[in-house]
Amino acid sequence: MGGFDKLNQRKLAAVIGVGQTHHRAKREDVSMAGLCREAIDRALVDAGMTFDDIDAVVVGKAPDLFEGVMMPELMLADSIGAVGKPLLRVHTAGSVGGSTAIVAASLVQSGVHKRVLALAYEKQSESNAMWALSVPVPFIMPVHAGAGGYFAPHVRSYIRRAGAPLHIGAIVAAKDRQNALKNPFAHLHNKDTTVESVLASQMLWDPIRYDETCPSSDGACAVVIADEATARTVDSPAWIHATAMRSEPTSAAERDQVNPQAGRDAAAYLWKQAGITSPIDEIDVAEIYVPFSWFEPMWLENLGFAAEGEGWKLTEAGETALDGRLPVNASGGVLSSNPIGASGMLRFAEAALQVRGRAGEHQVDGARKALGHAYGGGSQFFAMWVVGIEPPSN
Amino acid sequence: MNLDKLDHRPVAVVGFAQRQMAEFDGSPTCVELLVPLFAELYEQTGFTRKDIGFWCSGSSDYLAGRSFSFVSAVDAIGVIPPVNESHVEMDAAWALYEAWVKIQTGEVDTAIVYGFGKSSAGVLRRTLALQLDPYTQTPLWPDTVSLAGLQARLGLDSGLWDEAAMASVVSRSLTDAESNEYAVRRGGSSVAELLARPLYADPLRKHDCAPVTDGAAAVVLAAGDRARSASEHPAWITGIAHNVDSLQLSRDLTAAPSVRRAGQAAGLHGIETAAGVIGSAGIDVAELHAPFSHQELILRRELGLPDDVRINPSGGALAANAMFASGLIRIGEAARRVWDGTAGRVLGHATSGPLLQQNLVCVMEAGH
Repeated sequence: MGGFDKLNQRKLAAVIGVGQTHHRAKREDVSMAGLCREAIDRALVDAGMTFDDIDAVVVGKAPDLFEGVMMPELMLADSIGAVGKPLLRVHTAGSVGGSTAIVAASLVQSGVHKRVLALAYEKQSESNAMWALSVPVPFIMPVHAGAGGYFAPHVRSYIRRAGAPLHIGAIVAAKDRQNALKNPFAHLHNKDTTVESVLASQMLWDPIRYDETCPSSDGACAVVIADEATARTVDSPAWIHATAMRSEPTSAAERDQVNPQAGRDAAAYLWKQAGITSPIDEIDVAEIYVPFSWFEPMWLENLGFAAEGEGWKLTEAGETALDGRLPVNASGGVLSSNPIGASGMLRFAEAALQVRGRAGEHQVDGARKALGHAYGGGSQFFAMWVVGIEPPSN
Repeated sequence: MNLDKLDHRPVAVVGFAQRQMAEFDGSPTCVELLVPLFAELYEQTGFTRKDIGFWCSGSSDYLAGRSFSFVSAVDAIGVIPPVNESHVEMDAAWALYEAWVKIQTGEVDTAIVYGFGKSSAGVLRRTLALQLDPYTQTPLWPDTVSLAGLQARLGLDSGLWDEAAMASVVSRSLTDAESNEYAVRRGGSSVAELLARPLYADPLRKHDCAPVTDGAAAVVLAAGDRARSASEHPAWITGIAHNVDSLQLSRDLTAAPSVRRAGQAAGLHGIETAAGVIGSAGIDVAELHAPFSHQELILRRELGLPDDVRINPSGGALAANAMFASGLIRIGEAARRVWDGTAGRVLGHATSGPLLQQNLVCVMEAGH
């Protein structure tokens, strides 16, 4: 590229505002616009800004059929402060919340904009997610089992391959539900959840029990991403050290759906960009997209926090608990709140809150570098970022 | 234009392929059209799949009538090993914007952008009513053609345009469409003859409305030397920007301020750079995405295009309008005029949403 390379070194960007809603099964007290504004207003207050300070808006959500509105960002343009500005709408399945934050970050890293608002939401109570996911598709064999039925065979395969004890999933579920008690925004606040109570809950899709599944939530999340000059004027920005997105097909004989290559490739690229050689030692807290409990050990391996077949040992040893070596989902995670389109951004935003020291009761002491992770489709779309308390040095 | 003076990285459109038809005899998404399109792009540029740093697409679940309709599209890429990929629920012109931004970050040097949609899978004018406010508007099912009729009527009654001006847009478009193999509607006619045809949605006649079209399109973007290696005459993007207006139908429907703002931000009338204002030369060719004849008149006014600008040599959206690819096709058609040397500076425009609510402007130029 000759002389252009120097001009286009990626510019620094940081999260300077975070907001989210109280997530509930049905937020009948607000419209879609009202739900989005609840998150946006909190993010803008956090950033010390108003809509006037925002250059562009990026909206992400999962399928439009979840609310019954085609491209709802068009009708939301007024209420999300996008009129008169550039407005982008991202949709990359379950990873969309993460992808949306990454697209917003790239608008700043490219030098195109200085302050970008990213918003992700889902108001599942407007429609019926099971219906929206069950429209018959020509030439494709229907699963007729929802997401749990789709992923249960992957979990079974993981248990067999790793030789994992059968209670590992329950450890994850009990931990995340206990963590959620420290997060006032979490949908589920089930005080009495223990490993024993999870194991006593109804089996839904063997080996996934009821208490090992995510809820269906209404909720939204918003972040303000700013350029270096702006970020240096605010208190505790979360500097973006690396971002990565990778995709692979739903169906292919050579796919490893338990440990997908797209996830491994994305993680390898992410760690390299962030200058991280040993993720387990260098990441202080991780928000990982775990919609079914067993995905914690599976993704720990896929992300390179543990060797293949060893992820469950970190979970079993309590290393992913709040006081462990690598706290995972201190917020309670997807298992405690799941507004689908926003779930990925919540992971990215919670990672930012941790390094900013603003996670409240579920703050991990001394968090300096954090991972936000999201995945979607049939374990085929991955989005992740690393944020840190210091600007990246590389 | 001296590309060195741009504040951003020079990126060019170096490949373009399309398919448009009245009814695609295949899946409800048209994704199988993508395989031959990608093959064409590889042939045009000499790139292979491995040369492509980023993939970005635009499509709509509601057009396909199912959730996650874009997921099967990645199969057309052949994504083992996995790729760096993203998707917008918008016309693929906005996917091109996302890819351009990605290249600006320096993370990648090349991208393929694609859009696809099967408008004929449902009743398009009714499907698009779902883009309106779900609490106050959609329950009344105001369809696209009726809304456009209201917009056209407002312009007629306020003297902004007349029926002859609308018919002359149609006459020129359908005449130009005769040389476009992908045109779904073609065949020019006189203004008088067009005005003698029956009304369809007063004051619109059928030829004032874009034909329902299925199809797909794809574009290759490349930066700097990668662009020069792929094309002898890259169409360099010197400005690209987009903007949105309110959906509220109480706004002035005869105006589209977001078009004007996008044009200004894209440097249509000169680009303010660190090196001063550059590139204020006129536009030779503009491909405008106007699904209704009167909307072209709005676009021309908002963009301040002089009368000597050649508009829509492809025939434009009145000849073929493959939803979610059509905006990208405008950019590709404009870029082709730079490739073949018939134009030095061109404009591709895309619209999305009801009544020109959201707009994108992409200015491209021959290199020197």
